[in-house]
This record gives sequence, C-alpha cells and structure tokens, in this order.
Amino acid sequence: MESLIGLLVAAPLLGAAVLLCGGRIPQIDRTGHWLGTVLAFTSFVLGLVLFADMLGKDGEERALQSHLFTWVPVEGFQADAAFQLDQLSMTFVLLITGVGSLIHLYSVGYMEHDERRRRFFGYLNLFLAAMLLLVLADNFLLLYVGWEGVGLASYLLIGFWQHKPSAATAAKKAFIVNRVGDVGLSIAIMLMFVTFGTFAFEPVMNSVGETSEGKLTAIGLMLLLAACGKSAQVPLQSWLGDAMEGPTPVSALIHAATMVTAGVYLIVRSGAIFEAAPDAQLVVTIVGAVTLLFGAIVGCAKDDIKKALAGSTMSQIGYMVLAAGLGPIGYAFAIMHLVTHGFFKAGLFLGAGSVMHGMNDEVDMRKYGGLRKYMPVTFVTFGLGYLAIIGFPGLSGFFSKDAIIEAAFAKGGTQGWILGGAALLGAAITAYYMTRVMLMTFFGEKRWEPDANGEMPHPHESPRSMTIPMILLAVGSVGAGAFFDVGERFVHWLEPVTGFEHGHLPEGLSVAMVTGATVTCMVLGVAAAWLQYGRRPVPAAAPRGSLLTRAARRDLLQDDFNHVALVKPGEYLTRGLVYLDHKLVDGIVNGTAAAFGGLSGRMRRIQNGYARSYAVSMFGGAVVLIAATLLMRAV
Amino acid sequence: MNPVNYLYLSALLFTIGAAGVVIRRNAIVVFMCVELMLNAGNLALVTFSRMHGNLDGQIVAFFTMVVAAAEVVVGLAIIVSVYRSRHSASVDDAALMKL
Amino acid sequence: MGAIATAAVPAARRELAKWLALGVSLATFVLAAVIAVRFDPDGDRFQLTESRAWIADFGVRYELGVDGIAVVLVALTALLVPFVILAGWRDADPAGGSAASTQSRWRPTQGFFALILAVEAMVIISFLATDVFLFYIFFEAMLIPMYFLIGGFGDKAHEHGEEEAARQRSYAAVKFLLYNLAGGLIMLAAVIGLYAATSDQLGAGTFSLQEILQARGNGELELSTNTERLLFLGFFFAFAVKAPLWPLHTWLPNAMGESTPPVAVLITAVVDKVGTFAMLRFCLGLFPEASDWATPLVLVLALVSILYGALLAIGQRDIKRLIAYASISHFGFIILGIFAMTSQGHSGATLYMVNHGISTALLMLVAGFLISRRGSRLIADYGGVQKVAPVLAGTFLVGGLATLSLPGLAPFVSEFLVLVGTFSRYPVIGIIATVGIVLAAIYVLVLYQRTMTGPVTEKVAKLPDLRVREVLVVAPLIALLVGLGVYPKPLTEIVNPAVEHTMSDVQKTDPEPDVTPVEAAHE
Repeated sequence: MESLIGLLVAAPLLGAAVLLCGGRIPQIDRTGHWLGTVLAFTSFVLGLVLFADMLGKDGEERALQSHLFTWVPVEGFQADAAFQLDQLSMTFVLLITGVGSLIHLYSVGYMEHDERRRRFFGYLNLFLAAMLLLVLADNFLLLYVGWEGVGLASYLLIGFWQHKPSAATAAKKAFIVNRVGDVGLSIAIMLMFVTFGTFAFEPVMNSVGETSEGKLTAIGLMLLLAACGKSAQVPLQSWLGDAMEGPTPVSALIHAATMVTAGVYLIVRSGAIFEAAPDAQLVVTIVGAVTLLFGAIVGCAKDDIKKALAGSTMSQIGYMVLAAGLGPIGYAFAIMHLVTHGFFKAGLFLGAGSVMHGMNDEVDMRKYGGLRKYMPVTFVTFGLGYLAIIGFPGLSGFFSKDAIIEAAFAKGGTQGWILGGAALLGAAITAYYMTRVMLMTFFGEKRWEPDANGEMPHPHESPRSMTIPMILLAVGSVGAGAFFDVGERFVHWLEPVTGFEHGHLPEGLSVAMVTGATVTCMVLGVAAAWLQYGRRPVPAAAPRGSLLTRAARRDLLQDDFNHVALVKPGEYLTRGLVYLDHKLVDGIVNGTAAAFGGLSGRMRRIQNGYARSYAVSMFGGAVVLIAATLLMRAV
Repeated sequence: MNPVNYLYLSALLFTIGAAGVVIRRNAIVVFMCVELMLNAGNLALVTFSRMHGNLDGQIVAFFTMVVAAAEVVVGLAIIVSVYRSRHSASVDDAALMKL
Repeated sequence: MGAIATAAVPAARRELAKWLALGVSLATFVLAAVIAVRFDPDGDRFQLTESRAWIADFGVRYELGVDGIAVVLVALTALLVPFVILAGWRDADPAGGSAASTQSRWRPTQGFFALILAVEAMVIISFLATDVFLFYIFFEAMLIPMYFLIGGFGDKAHEHGEEEAARQRSYAAVKFLLYNLAGGLIMLAAVIGLYAATSDQLGAGTFSLQEILQARGNGELELSTNTERLLFLGFFFAFAVKAPLWPLHTWLPNAMGESTPPVAVLITAVVDKVGTFAMLRFCLGLFPEASDWATPLVLVLALVSILYGALLAIGQRDIKRLIAYASISHFGFIILGIFAMTSQGHSGATLYMVNHGISTALLMLVAGFLISRRGSRLIADYGGVQKVAPVLAGTFLVGGLATLSLPGLAPFVSEFLVLVGTFSRYPVIGIIATVGIVLAAIYVLVLYQRTMTGPVTEKVAKLPDLRVREVLVVAPLIALLVGLGVYPKPLTEIVNPAVEHTMSDVQKTDPEPDVTPVEAAHE
C-alpha cells in the first residue's frame, strides 16, 4: 500500500512532463487532453484504493508512511522525501483528485477551441502533482516544495492567456503576493529547525511542550502569514480577485476548491503548535473573521460574475480559518466546510464558466439575465450550489457552516460573542450576494449585448463533458453535508489526527437558537437581495452607489493601499538606487580614475620634448643625489 | 703642484659643458659641450689615479675615450640626418617626443 | 589540461577550430568526471595530490590537490565550458562573413575559443592549487584572457550603434581589469606577508597550504592578532572584488552587459566562483580568528549585496545587466553562507556556487539567444515572445524560476541551506535575507512578463524558435537543475566531509537546537 502513495503523485507528474516536453510530437498534441484526464482519474482511483484500505483498519492505525529517499543530507540537517498519509491527507487526496478529475473532464469541453489545450492540461497535471505533494509530505520542507509548486502552477494557469496583459499582470501579482507568504513559511521552518532541530511533522508536534511559548507564537504567526498568502486572507488577499483572469476551470479547481484551502490545511496540520500558543491562535481567528466579512462585502459589489464568486471564496475560507483557529473544537468543521465548499464552489464556478461559454465569454452580470430557460442544466446545478452555499437547511453548506458558527460562539467569553456575531453577519451577507448573482444571471429581463465583434450571444446548453461534472458536483453539494453529519461521521474520521472536543455554548444559548439565528440571517439576506434585484429591473450600467459600494468595487481599496504604500515607494527606491549606483558607487571609482588622469595630465606638461629641459632635470637629479650622498656622509 | 687644482679645473670644465648643453640650441655646440663634460670627467679620473697611486682611473679614462669616440660617430650621424630632413640643427625643433 | 593548441589552427579552418575547442573541453570534462569519481569523500582531505618544486629559492611549489569543495567546482567548470563553447558557436565569426579586412588582421574565431580554453585551464588550476603562490599566479593570469574576451568579442547589440558599443566594451574591459588587478595586488602583498611570517617562524618560508595549516594546527605558527587581520583583509579584498561583494561590484554589470552571453556566463558562473571558493579555502582556512573577527562586517556587506543587487535588478532596463545584478544578489547569499560559520551554511554555499553556475548559465544563454535574434538588449523592445517562440520562452521561464529558487529546482536546496545556516546563528540577518526571496520573484517575473507575455510586438513577430544546437545546450542544463533539485545527495556527499574540515579549521560547532527532538517512529 505504501508504494501506491508515490504513484499517486507520480501519475499526474508524468502527465505534466509528457504534455509539456512532448510538444513537437503531433500525436501528443492531438490526444494530450485525454492523456491528462486519464492520469488524473488514475490518481483518483489510486486514492480510492488507499481509502478503502484505510477504512479496513482501526482509527489509530490508519496512517501510512512511505520513505522515498533522503533528500538533502547535510551535517545536522536532514530533509527526507517521505510521504505520510493519514485521515487528514486522505480527505484532501480524495477532494483534490476527485474534483480535479471532474474539472479535467470539464476542461476537455471548455478548452476545445484553444490551440494550446495540450499545454493547459500539462499545467493542470502539474498542479495536481504539486498539490498532492503538499498534502502528502511528512515534513515542512517537502510541504514547502508542494506549496511553491502549486504557486507555480497557479501562476502558469492564471497567465494562461498571456497575450492579454491583464492576465500576465494578474499571474505575476499572484505569484509575488504568494511569495510574501512563502517568506513566512520559510522563516517558520527555520525557526522550527533552530528550536527543534528538525522540521518533520511528527517530532515537531511531539516536542511542542518542551519549548517556550514565545517561540511557538512566532512560529505560529509565521505559519499564519504563509496561510494568508496562499488562502487569500487579509492582508494578503489582493491577488485572488485578479486571479480570475485565468480560464474558468482553473478558477474552479485552484482558486476555489483546492489550492486556496492549503492555508487551512497548514494551520490544521500544525494544530499542536497553535494550541500551545494561544496568542497566535487568537490572531488566526481574527484574520478569519475579518476576511469572512471583507470577502463578503467585496462579493456584494462586483458585477463580474467570477469576481463576485472570488469574493465569496475569500469569505468562505475566512470561515475555515476562523474554525481552524478555534482549536480542537473547530478543526474537524474547518475541514468539513472545506470539503463541502470544494463541492459547491467548484460547481458554482463551473456553472459560471458554462454561462460564459454560452454568452461569448461575457463576464458582466449586468449583461446576463433570464438565462434559466436557455441553460436548464446549468441553472439547476448552479441553483443547487447556490442553495448549498447560503446554508439552506438540509444542503451541505448548512451543516458545515452552522457547525462553525456554533463553534465560534462556543469559544466563550466576549471573544466568542464577537466571532460568532461576525460569522452570523457573514452568513447574512453571503445569502445576499449569492442571491444577487443568481437573480442577475438567471432571472429577470434579458440584458444581452453584442460582444466586441458585434455578435449577439446565443445562449445554449454546454456539451456533455461540461455538464456531467457540474451534475456530479451538484450532487456532492446537496448530499455531502448530510452524509458527513449523520452520526458525526466526519468528525470521528478525523479525530485520530486532529483531535476533537465538543464545544460548549455559553449560558443562555442553545444549539437550536444558533441554528435558528443562522437560518433567520440567511432569509434576511435573501429577502434583501430580492427586494433590490428581484422586484426591480437591474440597470444595465452600474449605478454610482454609496461610498462603501464604490470602495468594495475596488476591493475595499486594498490595491490602492498596496500601490501607495508599497509599489510606489518601491519604485522610487529602485530608481533611486539605480541612480545612486551609477553616480555614487561607480562615481567614486570613476572619480578616483579621473583624479589620477588629471594628475598625470599635469605631470605630462613637464615632458615638453625639449632635449635641453631633460638635460636640466638630469643635472638637477644628479646634484640632488650628490648632495644627498654628501649629507648622509656628513651625518 | 697640488693635484687638487686639476680637480678644480675639471669641475670648471664640467660646469661649462653642462651649462652649454642646457643653454645652447645648436646641436653641434651641444654635442661639443657633451664632449667637454666627458673630458672633464677624464681629467678628474686621471687626477684621482695619480692621487691614489694606482692605474684604475687611467684605465677608466681610456674606456671613456673609446666610448666618446663611438658616441661622436653615432651622434654626428644623427645630427647630420636630422639636419638633412629638417634643414636645421636646433635641438628645440626636434621636440617630437612631447605628447 | 592546458591544451591551448586551438590558436594555431589556420584562419581558413574556422570550423575545425570550433570542433577542436569543443573536443578539448569535452575531454577536460571527462577528465574532471574521472577525478570526481575517483575522489573518495571519506578519505584524506586533499587527494590526488601532485607536488613539484617550481621556484625552489622561495619555496614555491607546483602543488595540486582536490578536496570535496574543489572537486565539485572543477566539475562545474568542466561541465559548463562545453556549453559555453557550443552557445558561442557563431559569436566570434567575422561580421557579415565577407569582411576580409577584419579577417586578415587576426583570427578572431580561433582566438575566441583559445581564450575560453585558456580561462578554463586557469580557473581549474586555481581550484586545484594548494600552494598559495601558485593560486595567486593563476588567479591573476586569468584576467588577461578575460580582458581580451570582454574587450575583443563584445556584444554588438547596443542602442546607440556599433561605435558606442565598442566604446562601452573597452570601458567595461578596462574596468574589469583595473578592479581585479587592484584586488590582486593587495593580495600579492598579503601573500608575501604570509611568506615572511612563515619564514620567520618556521625557519624556511613556504607557500604550501597544507604545511601552513599543519603548522597552525600544532602551534608552530602563531600570527599576532594584527598581522592575521591585515593578511586576512588583503586576501579578502581580492576575493571580494572577484566575487563581487557590495560595494566592489560595479565592474560586473558592465562586464556582463558588454560581453557576449557565453563570455558573461564564463565570468559569472565560473571565474567569479574562484573568489567565493577562495574565501572558503584561504580566508577561513588560513586565518580563522581574523575571519571570526570580520564576520559581522562581512555578513552586513553580504546582506547589503543581496538586497541591493535584487533592488537594482528590478530597476534595470537591460536584460543582461538585470541578470548581472541578480548574480550580485546571489553572490551575497553565497558569502552569507560562507561566513555564517555553520555546516549548513558552508554546504549550502558550496552547492549554491554550483547551482548558481548552472541556473545563471541557463538564463544568460537563453537571454543571449533571444538577444541575438532581435538585436537588442532592452527589455522594452520585447513582448509576446511566448506566442512566437514557446520553447524559448519556456526555457527562459525555467531559468528564471531557478534564479528565484523555486523548490524542486536545484538552487532552492542551496538557498534554503544558506538561510537555515545563517538563521541558526544570526536570526535577524537570516530573516532580512529572506526578503531577498520576494525581491527575486519580482525581478524575474517582471522580466518574464515584459519580454515574453502580452501582445506580440511587431519586431518580435518573426523571431524563430530555438534551433537544435540551442536546445542541445539548454536541455542538459535544465535536466541538471531538476535532477540536483530532487536528488542533491551525490553532491552533498562529496561536499560534507570537506565542510567538516573547514568547520574544524575555524573551530566552530553548529548551534544546538533548544529541544532534543523525540525520534520519529519510522517503521
């Protein structure tokens, strides 16, 4: 069984290698997309086999280890290429390969007319391999390899249409912002190495108790920084909105279902560190709460369907981070929400992609409207995803989100009330913006406009290869929550790895009250959106809006802030340094040279070419020499 | 006679020669002044030889004469060829060495 | 090793000269590979030694020997030179093919390849020399062929025409020569000083590294604190110029910018490595206490190099100068690793020298292919190359990613080792150096974005993709980067024992972790 773990990563890696290097071979060019898809499914099947094997064992003995080779052997520094597959990793493996395979299938249809389709599948396979490496690694350094690997794949895929300057810029931005987070991860690894002498998960987690809280807090905060970068949490969230420049399947796979949740994985994986550092944990919950509101507000203001969904992703990951920051009462729910979110958000993105596919790649929701009759399958699957994300009772989002809100209240004290309140408010806003998306896209009047080439869109249902994944994901978004929640199945599954405690709600609150409040908030949100967008026609041009709306359209001024606070000074700094390097550092050197040059120019005058003056200097020299000799003798 | 007087004479001749080299422009005169200096040196050498009672100085003086003769040959040849090409025997005209 | 017969090939046989040069360099590579294989990591410190009296009066001996660090670098040099020759296949052909006047004066092609081989030979001898004086001679002699390579075979692409290019070129060559000569002369003084000290105390003066190390080890040779510091500074200055360390770096961008890309590779990937290598072997080995004394200063300078180089790289408009400044930043990392005085730092620095050689070679050569197609070095003249020449863009991206130390590629391992090594002793400096990672991402991606992506510009539209010869140059380099990134063990095994020796020279041990880790339960 252990050897299968390596194969799990190797299959998509092989795909990436073949698809990216074999470009000149026409057979590969023509059938490459199927090769990529098959390899993704191979990985999924391998994951299922391992899963079945795991189910056959007892809870504590399910973890598998597989040591491949010693990666970097240096005196006192041991990094291994070794895998560890436990229940937490297994969950991710199934999510990644499952959703990944579906999205491969979807892309076969979506990218049909793109001449560089082979390359696209190569990148997708590369992403799968890196992401699997990330969740399967048994130490932080190998995790770091996967961590940057997914960053690279994300960079390549966001910038896939690189002839568009906006796509290239967005890709670069994503990579650089992620790099800032990576600095956090590498510092955290260095701190671990200095403190524990190793950075493998097991020894680090086992010896957490033996060091000071200060160091653990530092490690925790650095890990959080890393998580913020990858999972688009405040203050490193600015790249996610722009990342929507990539093809839609990419947004669904990387920027909704899998890669952006890597931060949550990191926090849950290093739970022991956070539990021993309450300050770091508190910061995690704050970041989560702030982001869930931030993302939700941004989501309300966007007219671009994908950017609205991106805001929503940010906000949902905020929920997960919040839950992960709550400790053992939240870990299981964070991961559960992560999985259900993986289903419904991927489904929503694929639905959005299907809509764009039918509407000549138009993304502005103000130019949609009334599509439900033309794209029935898309409408139904999107609608189910919509109900799941707003937490409609009985669908998957309801179970996972409700559990997180309860856990937030259960943290206790003022903190619990504030976090719980924020989560509730977030639920209301979620319902509002998702209803807005739904109404603007599928209901109301047709507001279609001709595209840049002057063609009117002819909305039509997408091909089978696109609708099947959407249907499967919709099934997941409907059923997963209930399936997980019955008998707390999911919690028991994860418990051996992450630990679990039941949260205790504060005095005066019962589970029913929290659930009731959540549902009420949702209904309020839906109602507000219906009042604004359902009853009245949607204006084709966006109204100017309030100050908040305008700020939210600009991502709450985050980019502007970055621009003013970081980019501009950076530009001035580099320009100044270039100038200085040329003038000052080089200037000093050249100045010395010039001084010598001037001096020799002066000296040169003496050499006037008159033989007589040379003779004079000769005599002068002789006289001086003789005088010196005589003087020396006299002394 | 005190041999020191010959040394004074030698110094005087050398000074005249040196002054001539520095002051005069005509290459021939400069050349003659160089000869004068050489011979002043010879005089001093011979005087020292006499004062110290050995022959070393005289040997060097002969050597100097041979060198001077060779120098005259080469030097006059140069002067003549410079005069042919420039129609002047002034040392200042041949200042090509300056940058 | 010094088969420099290429120059003797007559002018008409230009092609023959190329093949001969390639053959010689490949033979050298095979020889280096043999050395590397025969080298036994667990054996003596210096192996395969060879010693002959040279200038017997002054105790100068022709002494060669390899330790683990040298063997790796020799292999790197021998590996890269065939690529340099292959990449420079057409660089030294007479302009236009018909310019008989330039042809008659001298034989540029033969000269070019002969000079490259000469540089290779000298660099290898510098790596091998265990006699300080011998090292010095070749350390300096290297300048002469380099001078001609920079000045004589410059890059003809210049925004202000060829004449300006020629002027810039000779400026760069002179600057290169003067900087390095100044460093070298100060080193000469220090070498003589060292000799004087040995002859004072040991009876007979010696330049032999092994004898001096031995004498220092058993207490026969005691340098006073001041003498040691002065000698250290003398050596260090020369190596810092060569390396180049801020603020002695300004010759590098000029030299790299004006020379042809293969020569630029030769400068940064091979010749500069002598500087960092010598720091590790001579500065630390001969003057441990003084090295310890100078560490804070050197670390700060290295840190400044890292950040300063990276920031300036962001601000460059010229592709080759950008790569040059990126190299300055990387050399900062190498020096940081050397002077962090931890075994991770030393191993990391040694690996970094190798990996940086390969990654810069890749990036620079691909940039060279690009530049020779379009005839301009300015970033602004490009755009959308990805669409026209995807293989070129792809390899360029791999080179760029290696430069920004993407995990999975070789430079990551070394950079991380350097950072960890620095961090465990000097946490603050380690953290600040980490910022360099972000800056590296910025300059690489900005370069890639501006040149390769976006709409296809008019002049780029007809660029051909890589030719077979060029792919042949690039592919092995990429394979090496990936291979060493995934499995660096063969290298570290050779390097580790040598690092231990160096660590014992400087009498340092690694800082202990706070907590003794609980052994992982591996079954």
